[in-house]
Amino acid sequence: MKSLSLSNRVLILLAALLIIPAYFTPLWQISLWAPQYPEGLNMKIWIDHLSGNVDQINGVNHYIGMRHIGDEMFPEFTYLIYIIGALIGFGMIAFLIGKRWSLYSFFGLISLFGVLVLVDMYRWGYEYGHNLDPKAAIKVEGMSYQPPLIGYKELLNFLAYSGPDTGSWILIGGVGLLILAIVRDRLEKPALVQNPYTSN
Amino acid sequence: MEKKVWLLAVGMTAFALAPGCKPKGAQTAITGDAASKVYVAPGNHDEFYNIVSGGFNGQISVVGLPSGRVLKILPVFSVNPENGWGYSEESKPMLNTSHGFVPWDDLHHIAISTTNAEHDARWAFANANNTPRIARIDLNTFKTVEIIEIPNSAGNHSSPFITQNTEYVVAGTRFSVPVGDNQDVSIDSYKENFKGHISFIGVNPESGEMNLSFQIEAPPFNFDLARAGKNMSHGWFFFSTYNTEMAHTLLEVNASQKDKDFIMAINWKKAEEYVKAGKGTKKKASYVHNKWDEETHSATSTKIEEVLTLDPTVLKDIVYFIPCPKSPHGTDTDPTGEYIVGSGKLAAIIPVFSFTKMLAAIENKDFEGELNGMPVLKYESVLHGEVVKPGLGPLHTEFDGKGFAYTSMFVSSEIVKWNIETLEVVDRVPTYYSVGHLSIPGGPTGKPHGKYMVAYNKITKDRYLPTGPELAHSAQLYDISGDKMQLLLDFPTIGEPHYAEAFPASLIKDRQVKFYPIEKNMSPFALKGITDARVERKGNEIHVYMTSIRSNFRPDNIEGVNVGDEVYFHVTNLEQDWDVPHGFAIKGANTAELLIMPGETSTLKWVPDRAGVFPFYCTDFCSALHQEMQGYLRVSPKGTNTPLKFSTGDVE
Repeated sequence: MKSLSLSNRVLILLAALLIIPAYFTPLWQISLWAPQYPEGLNMKIWIDHLSGNVDQINGVNHYIGMRHIGDEMFPEFTYLIYIIGALIGFGMIAFLIGKRWSLYSFFGLISLFGVLVLVDMYRWGYEYGHNLDPKAAIKVEGMSYQPPLIGYKELLNFLAYSGPDTGSWILIGGVGLLILAIVRDRLEKPALVQNPYTSN
Repeated sequence: MEKKVWLLAVGMTAFALAPGCKPKGAQTAITGDAASKVYVAPGNHDEFYNIVSGGFNGQISVVGLPSGRVLKILPVFSVNPENGWGYSEESKPMLNTSHGFVPWDDLHHIAISTTNAEHDARWAFANANNTPRIARIDLNTFKTVEIIEIPNSAGNHSSPFITQNTEYVVAGTRFSVPVGDNQDVSIDSYKENFKGHISFIGVNPESGEMNLSFQIEAPPFNFDLARAGKNMSHGWFFFSTYNTEMAHTLLEVNASQKDKDFIMAINWKKAEEYVKAGKGTKKKASYVHNKWDEETHSATSTKIEEVLTLDPTVLKDIVYFIPCPKSPHGTDTDPTGEYIVGSGKLAAIIPVFSFTKMLAAIENKDFEGELNGMPVLKYESVLHGEVVKPGLGPLHTEFDGKGFAYTSMFVSSEIVKWNIETLEVVDRVPTYYSVGHLSIPGGPTGKPHGKYMVAYNKITKDRYLPTGPELAHSAQLYDISGDKMQLLLDFPTIGEPHYAEAFPASLIKDRQVKFYPIEKNMSPFALKGITDARVERKGNEIHVYMTSIRSNFRPDNIEGVNVGDEVYFHVTNLEQDWDVPHGFAIKGANTAELLIMPGETSTLKWVPDRAGVFPFYCTDFCSALHQEMQGYLRVSPKGTNTPLKFSTGDVE
């Protein structure tokens, strides 16, 4: 299998290192605006906890019988730190191996992680939006009030936004570096030392 | 003959129809773009906060400039049923005095805290005129957080003026009064037994906490107003005096006899040295010091029995008298601190004194005499000059920082702008009517912001739609950015504004407290969550530990209370969001509602007078289900044993 150029290996290393900020920065954000909340309500999801206007959002959501959002609602908070750690570790190994397949595997793994996160987010949003208390003061039509997965959505008097936050954007930047490495690797002229088995 | 009658008739008709016989009013004084200059578009903010004394309502109005919109009525010395100030158990001690609970006072003057003679706007100070006190208001919460009573004082008018780094707040007594152990003396013995005390209240530079540092025992004059020296005159304080005749009856006549009264100059740095050197005398006094604690959400009132006094007839170099014509009201120092303006309200001129000349006169012992051993300086030696023919009845002077002074003329109902150096009158505008204090943003400081000036008037008459005999006091806003003062706006006010201070909104608007963190709530009655809600009986006291959150009270049904029990509702607002107060009121309570801010705990005491079921509810429209935010309390006759029972939110 093909060895990677040093610069492409460095790109893998950088991509792996760019996952580290995920421990110190918020990964996802959900924002809400309403006429009486011109300043907006904002909730941030970190690697192992929530922050922001969680109490206010709970206060507003209880009218329609949504479950109380809290750290305990997310079992992901207990193991996400290890998954992220494993991703960083895998990136390091991919850098050390320095073969094309290691780059592809790392890219595949990190993409799979991204997809799984989105699936998990959707599952949570669906449950949160459909599992409404039937005794709630305000009955929502169809008993569903699911927040958007990514982007904007209008829900009663609220405009809701959901999307990646700082940590994820940095991580996505890292994935961009991997894509760059793949493209560079593809377009790369054959190495200076000619492979005797190919006629180029 | 007939011709003459016709001429007379025509003349009289013309007279009756002529609009020109009445002097022109304000309508002609307004120019076309005035409206746009005071228009603050929906959603936009005013440029300045104006902290306005409420006079006889004992409160402060917070007004935005240039719109003139009232943003808040802030209770200080008067009870305020609107938010439970003076009615809730927690706030009652704030209005305690050595005379017991006093529900009202007359609030005249405002002082906004300064550093290096510039507004830092951390606190506002305000005086209680009738039962002498000084209050401190926290400008991050717009709440009265401290009130200190002033002993040996009556008519606390010469107050609360501050030094340039807010080292001291002063309180000069308007009425001189007998002091000491025996105060039951004949009023005729005024000259022997009455004293005029000047109080220096130290302010802690970090916390703002006040402490009566010392009092200077002055002659029995009436002390009217005061200003600290600033910049070059920092370290001195100037007090206007009247009734230096020392009359005690029909002052209108008897206190207006002398050609000159005095501006009393106090070297407070020197006084401070004497205090440090132990030259003060501790004397018995009785006054209280009330403090609000933002963590326990409650006030405490402490009695103090002693005050340190300095006798300037013995301790030299503290007090000097500057002769000033006639019965000066305001005494104001210009932004540089060099000039001291005395506004003799019965005088035909405005004298302007020079601080440099005053120091020289003291140095050269340029005295025209003395008062009980305290030097009286020579008028001419201290005088910078006189503003000639300024108008009638000068009262107060503010400054724009561009070398001009603005003096209010009560009798001729106008504002006169004059050059501080040359003393020339450069402009004058009418006020509607009989102006008292003026307020220019930063006007009393070393760095005025200028731009606007508000005239707070004493007479309103026809300015607004009439409302019977009792009218709102009027105010006018002028643009002072150009050479000519320009009238922009006329607006009614709350109470009877005396002094007001204004400062740029940017100084404080981003540091406003939005709610109280519930985890920092140290009230002994606080609940941190709905699970702790309960009712306890202690003898004939019932303590209801209640939570309020949109949109319910817990507990909301209470039984087991008897007629005559003392019921305490300790209500904690669990909200942690801006602008979500909850109210609490119960039928028949002989008190006011509670208005509880998010994260705060407040207590309402109620003694039920009859058996029955009494509803209580939230009085602040808090949410879509506000009308559902209610509960019942059952009262049984005295001596019955209805078991104590309460419910906390079961879904039926």
